[in-house]
Amino acid sequence: MKVEQISIFIENKSGRLAEVTKVLGEAGINIRTLSLADTSDFGILRLIVDQTDKAKTVLKAHSFTVSKTEVVAVKVPDKPNGLSSILQVLDNGKINVEYMYAFVERSGEDAVIIFRFDDIEGAIKTLTENGITVLKGEHVTRI
Amino acid sequence: MFWNEEFETLPREAIASLQLKRLQKTLQRVYATVPFYRETFNQANFTPDDIKSLDDLRRIPFTLKSNMRDNYPYGLFAAPLDEIVRIHASSGTTGKPTVVGYTQRDIDNWAEMMARCFVAAGAHSGDVVHNAYGYGLFTGGLGAHYGAEKIGASVIPMSGGNTRKQIMIMQDFGSTVLTCTPSYALYLAEAAAEEGIDIRNLKLRIGIHGAEPWSEQMRDEIESKLGIKAMDIYGLSEILGPGVGIECIEAQNGLHIWEDHFIPEIIDPESGEVLPLGEKGELVITTITKEGIPMIRYRTRDITRFIPDPCICGRAHIRLERMSGRTDDMLIIRGVNVFPSQIESLLMQIEDVEPHYQLVIDREDNLDTLEIQVEVNEKIFSDEIKVLQQLSQYIKAQIKEMLGITCSVRLVEPKSIKRSEGKAQRVIDNRKVS
Repeated sequence: MKVEQISIFIENKSGRLAEVTKVLGEAGINIRTLSLADTSDFGILRLIVDQTDKAKTVLKAHSFTVSKTEVVAVKVPDKPNGLSSILQVLDNGKINVEYMYAFVERSGEDAVIIFRFDDIEGAIKTLTENGITVLKGEHVTRI
Repeated sequence: MFWNEEFETLPREAIASLQLKRLQKTLQRVYATVPFYRETFNQANFTPDDIKSLDDLRRIPFTLKSNMRDNYPYGLFAAPLDEIVRIHASSGTTGKPTVVGYTQRDIDNWAEMMARCFVAAGAHSGDVVHNAYGYGLFTGGLGAHYGAEKIGASVIPMSGGNTRKQIMIMQDFGSTVLTCTPSYALYLAEAAAEEGIDIRNLKLRIGIHGAEPWSEQMRDEIESKLGIKAMDIYGLSEILGPGVGIECIEAQNGLHIWEDHFIPEIIDPESGEVLPLGEKGELVITTITKEGIPMIRYRTRDITRFIPDPCICGRAHIRLERMSGRTDDMLIIRGVNVFPSQIESLLMQIEDVEPHYQLVIDREDNLDTLEIQVEVNEKIFSDEIKVLQQLSQYIKAQIKEMLGITCSVRLVEPKSIKRSEGKAQRVIDNRKVS
């Protein structure tokens, strides 16, 4: 029910983002989705890729600081109020969202949202109990 | 263990009377052979015959590094060139290098003092000494080399640089003692790890590190990352080179300075007055056995204090506390005196922060700015921005509390701060350029 995500520390200077994608591309790793959080000095690039462990190894070999975290991918109906209803469920369950970003999917009627929770087990429980579809890791990385 | 038990455990009174005798002889020598000293003494209305006790030393003016430059290259030599068998020079970051000459007896004494240092640090014959101090004009390489040979160790004259090869040789030759700067020791551990070698599994057991100021926290780091006991060694080319003082492995607390060869004093760097025993100030050294280039009351610019208590190792020679900086390393940031070593020890106290940092000082709108760059490793990295920002804030708050100045903290990618194979470049002061 959990999806592996890798996070990379990136200094806020030109060429660093390109360096990450180049390293991954040369290693034959495909990026499924990403999000970049940034401050004036540094950023954190969060990626979901098709080969998480390999991505971590090649990036580390290029002196990047990389960590692996677990996130949750939730299927959201692609219509008004879709996301809102899910956030309402989380709020009712007192589940705190650290951050979230949307998944890019080619087709279909649903959108996929990636959530990072402090309490990942509690979040999955609350979501599934309320009939919300939490996607399996393999499903997400192989989309 | 001692190398020269008789001299290393000489009773206090015997040291004092030996010092007086040797001081008188040295003063006679420089007065007779070095015009600079004769003129300085004359101006101070002083002649070598006026020295009746060690306290009379205070009447003699100091010798400064600039006096060496003014007398470049051989002006302060107290022996003719046909008695000088070796010449070394300092790296001379500002202007001409400072030049020192050694007679054969100086070289022998230096080897003797370095031998004492090796034994005090726990080395013995049978050890394989991996000497990564630079060989050349710099005194480090050859100074350590001769001492290691003297105790019967097998010396590998590695010199600095070529880190991969260093690691290979360390592994294949079974090095047991590592002599290099403390920052290079950490660099070696890091470089070895990158090649998949855990340096702690090698035969290394002792590190002898000096030539740059380092902190107690950095010692812990070196000891745990290399799996060794790390000792601080003190020296400067103007006085001798490495081997002026060393920590003993028994106490690892303070550096014994060889008092049968040197007279150390601690002065107030502002007033020049000798400070009461145990107070912190600038170290001043008078050499009392050197022939090539004796130094009378040389201002080392190193900040330390005497540790007056007897040491558990049994050596009678007084200890100097680990150098806490140099008077000329001192940065004045918005009017506050800051030693890079203070910031280093603060950073090292924060769990998992790497000892790779850099201080960048600049001036914006006539106001000094201090930026501390810290590398983000996996242990302190979080994928949540707020956790990293909390770390920056914490460092800022600690600096503010300790120094009273506001700094900025910049988290940088690993390996982005330049690694040094010699002395680490910790400070970039952009104020001087403009």
